[in-house]
Amino acid sequence: MEEKRLGFWARLAMFFWLPWKILFGPRAAWRVREALRAPEVPEPAALPAPPKPPKPEPKKPSGEEALRLLAILQRDGRLVDFLMEDISAAPDDQVGAAARIVHEGCRKALAQYVTLRPLRPEREGETVTVPDGFDAAEIRLSGNVVGKPPYRGILAHPGWKAVEVRLPEVAPGLDATIVAPAEVEVA
Amino acid sequence: MSGPSFGIDLGTTNVCLAVARAENEPPATALVPQVVHEGEVAERPLLPSFLYLPGPAELKEGAIALPWDPDRTYVVGAFAREQGARIPSRLVASAKSWLSHAGVDRREAILPWGAPEEVEKVSPVGASARYLAHLREAWDHLHPDLPLAEQDLVLTVPASFDAVARELTVEAARAAGLERLTLLEEPQAALYAWVAAHPDWRKRLSVGDLILVCDIGGGTTDFSLIAVMEEEGALELRRVAVGDHILLGGDNMDLALTYALRARLQEKGQTIDDWQLRALVHSVRQAKEQLFADESLAAAPVVIPGRGSRLIGGTLRTELDRATLESVLLDGFFPRVDADARPETPRRVALTALGLPYAHDPAFTRHLAAFLGRHAASTASLPPGVHAEGRSFLHPTAILFNGGPTKAAPVRARILEVLESWIAAEGGRPPKVLEGGDPDLAVARGAAYYGLVRRGRGVRIRGGSARSYYVGIERAELAVPGVPPRVDAICIAPFGMEEGSEITLSEPLGLWVGEPASFRFFASSSRRDDEVGTAVDPAELEELPPIETTLEGEAGVAVPVRLRARLTEVGTLELFAVDAGGREWRLEFQIER
Repeated sequence: MEEKRLGFWARLAMFFWLPWKILFGPRAAWRVREALRAPEVPEPAALPAPPKPPKPEPKKPSGEEALRLLAILQRDGRLVDFLMEDISAAPDDQVGAAARIVHEGCRKALAQYVTLRPLRPEREGETVTVPDGFDAAEIRLSGNVVGKPPYRGILAHPGWKAVEVRLPEVAPGLDATIVAPAEVEVA
Repeated sequence: MSGPSFGIDLGTTNVCLAVARAENEPPATALVPQVVHEGEVAERPLLPSFLYLPGPAELKEGAIALPWDPDRTYVVGAFAREQGARIPSRLVASAKSWLSHAGVDRREAILPWGAPEEVEKVSPVGASARYLAHLREAWDHLHPDLPLAEQDLVLTVPASFDAVARELTVEAARAAGLERLTLLEEPQAALYAWVAAHPDWRKRLSVGDLILVCDIGGGTTDFSLIAVMEEEGALELRRVAVGDHILLGGDNMDLALTYALRARLQEKGQTIDDWQLRALVHSVRQAKEQLFADESLAAAPVVIPGRGSRLIGGTLRTELDRATLESVLLDGFFPRVDADARPETPRRVALTALGLPYAHDPAFTRHLAAFLGRHAASTASLPPGVHAEGRSFLHPTAILFNGGPTKAAPVRARILEVLESWIAAEGGRPPKVLEGGDPDLAVARGAAYYGLVRRGRGVRIRGGSARSYYVGIERAELAVPGVPPRVDAICIAPFGMEEGSEITLSEPLGLWVGEPASFRFFASSSRRDDEVGTAVDPAELEELPPIETTLEGEAGVAVPVRLRARLTEVGTLELFAVDAGGREWRLEFQIER
């Protein structure tokens, strides 16, 4: 912030030109009087806090992209069929056979459209250090968390991060709410 | 000439485009945007060679729109294959095999073969042109500053393609707006790709080496022999023999395994419809690749989802075990046979259905034995260093595998084992394997590399014509009622005729002006020693479509002409009738039936 006082030489210069300005400039004279009448600005005690960003409104999802991904997982891996089916009575070997279809197809689709990598390079079970200032979104602590970071602990799950999402561009006319079309075999 | 060189592998099941920018830089495969699912365009390195002709109401508007053509009425590529699996009657597949099939008129709109009347059909040439046009448009879309039509292109064809199939391939490329092109045989392209990947190739090969290129594609198989020779102190490569066009490939293997597993499911009382059969083929292919990749696995699961929404109750499960894989695939397609084994020829039946002439004998090893055995007799025309004396077949000293099915190590090992056993039986040394290279992409890359080589840099495989060609000329004899006049086949283009050269038959013929003159036309891939003018019994040759021309001028006059053959730099054979004044009339292949 700039200094709100003038130095000696600036004051000396002003001492010579200001009287002339007041004498011949009625408008300048009025401005000087108004300025001197105004209450003196109190010096700020500290730097004003930067304006707080407005709290982000929770985003309203359009759902279109989510539905598109769901449609891809259904198309390539029959995921929706699998989830919508009642498996409680099915024997494990049948569930297992179906899981292979879901696994193979969804895995391929996922690899094609989303690049995932673990958040932590260490292997599960290894000791890790959580530094001061860590991102709580990336690391979730549990157990005996007392005092300040750094914390030492065992990596229970390395996490996942989507490094890249490559959802395809889709023709504008297609309806995203159709997750899978009905199929009719014409005889 | 400068600028990049482009190679196009116009395959039976996939089309691939590669770019070579500099000789010391490996050629790269170009990505091809295409419709991959309904309403979804993505870039893929391969363009599946499928053309789908949708019906009026079956797809939503925009489902097959391309970025450069939103109103396209047909689909080429991945989605064509996907949609064609659902509605096969509108799918054009294997257009390339049709292009080389002399039994049909290849310019006539006959594909999809057997499709209902309402489908607007295309010709084999037209379908191939659409694949190439898609490639051009896709490239131009991504690289507007480097239009493909203005670049040097090398287009590959099977070594077994005859003069007519080559001509039609060039015709398809021209129809797709690609004029600046040269043809190259696929096995040669595969070897160029190997050379491009191995700057020290001269150390890996030596004079007298005979390289067998074993190119097994999805639908076709192609064998070539390339000899390493010495010319002015430098190594030279010369293609000495090509095999016949064999309609047999990896798809046959997957189908054979699928049928074996279907039989097993049916024994358990489970029925499989057409939709499930396609899912079974897919799953079997996965299982096969798993077993080939990991020798320790005894079996791999095969699952077929039901078509309805019930995934768990509707899923069939079985497995592909190693014993089945080996007996069906290795012993079925690559049996351990002797070097004198020959493919079984089909029993002739009175009525043969039209359609593609698929190989009747699925044994690759018998086709290979026939190929190597056929050329052993003609020692005179073999280059120095290649020995055939006292051998019943030509012994390759090196082998280069190409094509997707050869990615499986057990397949390579079996072919090598059989070949080694033949050579060992005649006291020869086992061949070495030329390793490296991607069997799926090598042909396009090698073709792009060849484009640079043609500009005078790097080694060039010399080959010339892989066949000898003959015209049928009626013998002047007393006419006998009921007996057609005898026809002699006169050799007009000998085996090994070089690109850019021309030959004129010395014997003059009289042609009538103003009416079409037609000649029967023949070829042989095994008669290596015939010279120009040699008369051969047509029964020993393979007949191609006739060639014809019309001499313009006053009708009713006979003009003496000579026949001239020219093997163009592009790689096609052109035939002319030339009169005494030097005027030429092109003889066109008359493929209309």
